[in-house]
Amino acid sequence: MTMNARNVRYCLASAIAVLAVVAAQNAQAQSSATPTSVQPIFSVGPKFQQATGDAIYQSLCQGCHMPQGEGAKGAGTYPSLAGNKKLEAAGYAVYLVVNGQRGMPPFGEMMSDGQVAEVVNYVRTHFGNNFTDAVTAADVKQVRH
Amino acid sequence: MTHKDTPAFTRRNLLSMIGNTAGGAAMYQAMTSLGFAAESNFSGPPKLAGAKKGSSVLILGAGLAGMVAALELRNAGYKVTILEYNQRAGGRCWSIRGGDTFTELGGSVQHCRFAKGEYFNAGPWRIPYHHHAVLHYCRQLGVALEPFVQVNYNAFVHSSTSYGGKPQRYRHVQADFQGHVAELLGKATRQGSLDSVVTPEDKERLLEGLRRWGALDAEFRYREGIATSARRGYEIDPGGGLMPRAKPSKPIELSELLQSRLWRAIAAGQAYEFQSTMFQPVGGMDMIAKAFARQVGNLIRYQARVTRIEQNERGVTVTFADEAHGGALQQEKADWCLCTIPLSILSQIDIQVGAEMQAAINAVPYGSSIKVGLQFKRRFWEEDEHIYGGITYTDLPIALISYPSRGYGASGAAVVLGAYVFEGPNSFEFGAMAPQERIRHAVEYGSQIHPQYAHEFDTGVSVAWYRVPGNQGCYGRWTDALRDQHYKALCQVDGRIALAGEHVSYIPAWQEGAILSSLDAIQRLHARATI
Repeated sequence: MTMNARNVRYCLASAIAVLAVVAAQNAQAQSSATPTSVQPIFSVGPKFQQATGDAIYQSLCQGCHMPQGEGAKGAGTYPSLAGNKKLEAAGYAVYLVVNGQRGMPPFGEMMSDGQVAEVVNYVRTHFGNNFTDAVTAADVKQVRH
Repeated sequence: MTHKDTPAFTRRNLLSMIGNTAGGAAMYQAMTSLGFAAESNFSGPPKLAGAKKGSSVLILGAGLAGMVAALELRNAGYKVTILEYNQRAGGRCWSIRGGDTFTELGGSVQHCRFAKGEYFNAGPWRIPYHHHAVLHYCRQLGVALEPFVQVNYNAFVHSSTSYGGKPQRYRHVQADFQGHVAELLGKATRQGSLDSVVTPEDKERLLEGLRRWGALDAEFRYREGIATSARRGYEIDPGGGLMPRAKPSKPIELSELLQSRLWRAIAAGQAYEFQSTMFQPVGGMDMIAKAFARQVGNLIRYQARVTRIEQNERGVTVTFADEAHGGALQQEKADWCLCTIPLSILSQIDIQVGAEMQAAINAVPYGSSIKVGLQFKRRFWEEDEHIYGGITYTDLPIALISYPSRGYGASGAAVVLGAYVFEGPNSFEFGAMAPQERIRHAVEYGSQIHPQYAHEFDTGVSVAWYRVPGNQGCYGRWTDALRDQHYKALCQVDGRIALAGEHVSYIPAWQEGAILSSLDAIQRLHARATI
């Protein structure tokens, strides 16, 4: 019963997010490059509005971890996500996205549980990673507390 | 007559309510919690007497925190060496000019093609009048300052979803919002709604105040007329000779104005940190860095990437990769160490400090910020729109456009700050793009406000602070909870090591915080060194 109610809420939230995405695209359509998918390039408001793992990765994560997950090196480094064994523990990746670590800021407030799950699943199945145990929004919800 | 029986709603509360309506108080409160609105405690340069002959200090980082420490410690008699990762001094005090090349993390290279004399401040760009330490060193080192225009009544406030996306003049929104609020409050006051909180004597004073504050007429109405046009500007401005008579302009209707949410932008200039007078160095913010480097540049070793910081009872040993020579590891020793390396980097370096300081170093996330500098072929904002300096605010992803506070009326190319996005999804979304994409989007969005962009755009530069190789982020993003837990530990002198930088201050992301933290740290290091 509780699970069902939660799922309904989540579906509603997703539907609203999609509507927001469409609205954002309409608002920005006149200026943005021709959109190739329904994912917004820029979010409107304080939360990310990209819904899929690849869109979230490309709109956020690759700023530091780079487009192919290769990371970067300057005075310090951004860890490579490519073939990264630390990603084997799905909970670890979820925890990092939600809470941040060292210089990496927390993103929990800017993303829904579903978005965190999407991007973690994306990273854990790309860049040479093949972890098949996908995380769910419910898993993320647990990490938040 | 006092109102001891009504303590819950005082005159102060009333004024605060007005502030809240205008949106300023909430923002100020939020800023205070981040530490942004804290004031400077500068009381003159430190007096470091009695340094032991031959004592040495190794400073890590040649930003403002590192260089001000070098200047004061060297003058006090210490032997000072600075290790700097970049090939230039200044750290985040950084201006980009034509001919400069910048390679960000990920490898994208930008060759700046700005015209001679033009520049773009990638980091700090304005100095509040109460940042006494920055102003002190500008005076001492001969850095010429000029006014930075923060508030421009003729610049725009823009909402992509209101007024058909047509930008509105700040003066219209400011005068009309204030006028309407004054009228509403006047109405409530006259109807007796505030009688329980305002004495009869104060009621009259309040009404008179509201009339002046809001440009209300004799009946306390905010109406089209010469009085309100003296605030918001005229439909036809007063002229000379047989020119047409001045014609008042028509205020924006209240409900429409409230719905537009444009009032969100009009309180920014009232914040302590953005009040007049603000300053900028003539020729670019890095004139401050260059002035410090003229004093202590000979002490700096560039392209030194610190890999290890060790200490024992006799001194400090710092291992670094000499990036100018293939990254060969070298060591530098000193009696004391002042480390100004940003925590985003320092948390990755092996440093021999106590557990509490290490926990503090690891605890602070780094903030997000991106900027785009755009050069246009002419000053269309001045020539066509009569905007001289100041800032246009928008709800588009670029957040704002800031016009140059210099060179008014000059012909030829000029550089505008075409996007400055601080925190929020848009700053990350911009930061995840290649520099040329950031510039392209800044031009596209800006053209919704200034259609001239399309024809007048020449060339641009963009800096996303997570991708700056020596920084990996813009500033130490403290929260109240993090400060309670870690700030004190971060500020300690740990054996022979102390930390400094904006991240060791209550004024994060400002140069004043960097300088104050450094002056505070070296006084405590000096005290320990002279026991």
